[in-house]
Amino acid sequence: MAEDLIDVNESMPTNTVEEYLRMDRMPHIWCPGCGIGTTVNCFAHALEQSNLDLQKVAIVSGIGCTGRVAGYINLDSFHTTHGRAIPFATGLKLANPELKVVVYSGDGDLTAIGGNHFIHAARRNVDMTVILINNFIYGMTGGQVAPTTPLTATASTTPHGNFEDSFNLPYLAESCGAVYVARWTAYHVRHTTKAIKEALAKKGFSFVEILAPCPTLFSRRNKLGDGLDQMKYFKEQSEIKNDIDTKTASLSFQGKITVGKFVDRERPTYLDAMNEYYGKKFGDKYTPYNG
Amino acid sequence: MKADPKGVLTGAIFLDGDHACAEGAIAAGCRFVAGYPITPSTEVVERIADRFPLIGGMFIQMEDEIASSIAIQGAVWGGKKAMTVTSGPGFSLMMEHIGLAAMTEVPCVFVDVQRGGPSTGLPTLPGQGDMMQARWGSHGDYGIIALCPNSPQECFDFTIKAFNLSEQYRVPVLLMMDECVGHMTERVIIPPADQIELYPRRYYDGPKEEFLLFKPDKDMVPPIVKAGDGYNIHVTGLTHDEKGYPAMTVPAQEKLVRRLIDKIKLNADKIVEYKEEQVEGADVVVVTYGITSRVAIPAIEQARAEGMKVGHLRLIVAWPFPEKRIKELASKVKAFVVPEINYGQMVLEVERHVAGKARVELVGHGGGAVHNPKDIYNVIKNSVKG
Ligand SMILES: Cc1ncc(C[n+]2csc(CCOP(=O)(O)OP(=O)(O)O)c2C)c(N)n1
Ligand code: SF4
Repeated sequence: MAEDLIDVNESMPTNTVEEYLRMDRMPHIWCPGCGIGTTVNCFAHALEQSNLDLQKVAIVSGIGCTGRVAGYINLDSFHTTHGRAIPFATGLKLANPELKVVVYSGDGDLTAIGGNHFIHAARRNVDMTVILINNFIYGMTGGQVAPTTPLTATASTTPHGNFEDSFNLPYLAESCGAVYVARWTAYHVRHTTKAIKEALAKKGFSFVEILAPCPTLFSRRNKLGDGLDQMKYFKEQSEIKNDIDTKTASLSFQGKITVGKFVDRERPTYLDAMNEYYGKKFGDKYTPYNG
Repeated sequence: MKADPKGVLTGAIFLDGDHACAEGAIAAGCRFVAGYPITPSTEVVERIADRFPLIGGMFIQMEDEIASSIAIQGAVWGGKKAMTVTSGPGFSLMMEHIGLAAMTEVPCVFVDVQRGGPSTGLPTLPGQGDMMQARWGSHGDYGIIALCPNSPQECFDFTIKAFNLSEQYRVPVLLMMDECVGHMTERVIIPPADQIELYPRRYYDGPKEEFLLFKPDKDMVPPIVKAGDGYNIHVTGLTHDEKGYPAMTVPAQEKLVRRLIDKIKLNADKIVEYKEEQVEGADVVVVTYGITSRVAIPAIEQARAEGMKVGHLRLIVAWPFPEKRIKELASKVKAFVVPEINYGQMVLEVERHVAGKARVELVGHGGGAVHNPKDIYNVIKNSVKG
């Protein structure tokens, strides 16, 4: 099949990521060919290349196959409830602004049950990096339709095909106020690593969507082959278009995929806005909140 | 540990119960509050929002109660004392996260200013219908602590108590107010900060290599650390081992869930609190809590004036329930009378421990108002007759 894809990782040293992982929790639960592990590798490399004090980085996940990421990362890590990683992260960040807070979760978790939290954290510009793994499906619960499932694709709860429009997540994130928005796929490991690194360096609500194969539940049910075939699709159909209008970045079933960095802008974070506002309002009486 | 004087409004002031609760939280050192407006609890967060900016607190009005009830848990792991406040419908939305706080042993406070239910019910009027939900509302088994103030003064005092108990037992503590105590205004005495005793967070101070996030001390409560302390902690709502790692086995479940229950159950003697009055030698004991403990007084006094031997046992801590005391009294009295603004919740607990040794009479009320003391009096009178 797609043997030409095997060298995707070649330029990446693979042994250095171990210190970012909880090796005492291996083997992980993910299926062979699942794209989540690939993204974790990118995340670990991004951490490695960032200048962050790892003692001050925390990772928060919701529930799902992707939700298990927090449990494998060797940082302060929180595996919370389904859909609620973002409000947990909001509390953590606002309680201790010194922390770099990363949310790592699935498309269903962050945009179905957690959709309300997603849009409000972006609107408030709470300083956090949200990494969303979009596998077009609910993995953990057995392949049900998600808000990201493309039109006509089959899922266990749309056995005759999906007739609901799906989210265009970069557009959603941008409209709600995210300061950094990028989309890549598990095929684009170097771009993904770079995007995560940039997102981590950004102050404010930064968002990286990564399309990833779920061979077990999405690809097979839709007769798209295995993980490697899905990677091949990502490779062949992706078009890098930086800074495009996110309105045009919607996805379709096995159609073209727009990837790239779409948004990189400045807005005052929730805390900065609060401190600035109260500083003006109360003058000397106000001590800027810093945790 | 004494309270930080910053923000403590020492003196005698007129406050309603909601505002007194906010002042209690401030005195307890709470500096993170997340909430979503809902009658009749909103005044708590309104006062917090007004007071926090100048005392270094962080108040955030979240997008809903689900978010509020987990934002406070993030804040605790970030090192804050934290609280959320709600009423009926919002309390229902918080249930999953009460379970998360119980499972991951997060010291925090949930305030429920009870109103008439179910559903939207009677938003502006009192109820006491969330008492069983407080005990059992989240799925699965766990221990919990719930307190019932009956005045603005107690809203202040018990909010501090709620924080202290949550820190001592690493458990979410529920302050079960009701619309009446929330909205009644009375004189509240706020003591000087150096007379307010606080239970400090049980931070781990042993050797780093030996640290396990869920390894209990002798009293079954594990010490805690916060994010950023360099322990690379893992916290999960999955059944976990002492390290905090998922351990999805029957023995791990037995060990963890047993302890979550036992740390409250086996420490119950230290947690349980009630007030008794003329219980010795009584024929009938009236068991009350919250606003109903005040409404019952004229009924009890009238019965006494007519020569009936009536005692009054008021629950300060509703959960854990004072089972031992009720069991003891069961063989000494003819009857228990339990007025509550619901159709029978805490009365079930009284019945369970009385176990047929005396009669147990509910004085139920659907909510929207307090009882007419006459209704309580009539039941007392009939019970004395036997
Ligand atoms: C309140 C609640 N509802 C439902 C579930 C069941 N559940 C667990 S994971 C999940 C969906 C996961 O899908 P997604 O977020 O896309 O992550 P993936 O598994 O695909 O990585 C659901 C519905 C739950 N744990 N909690
Ligand atoms: S079910 Fe899908 S998403 Fe979950 S581990 Fe398997 S391949 Fe990955």
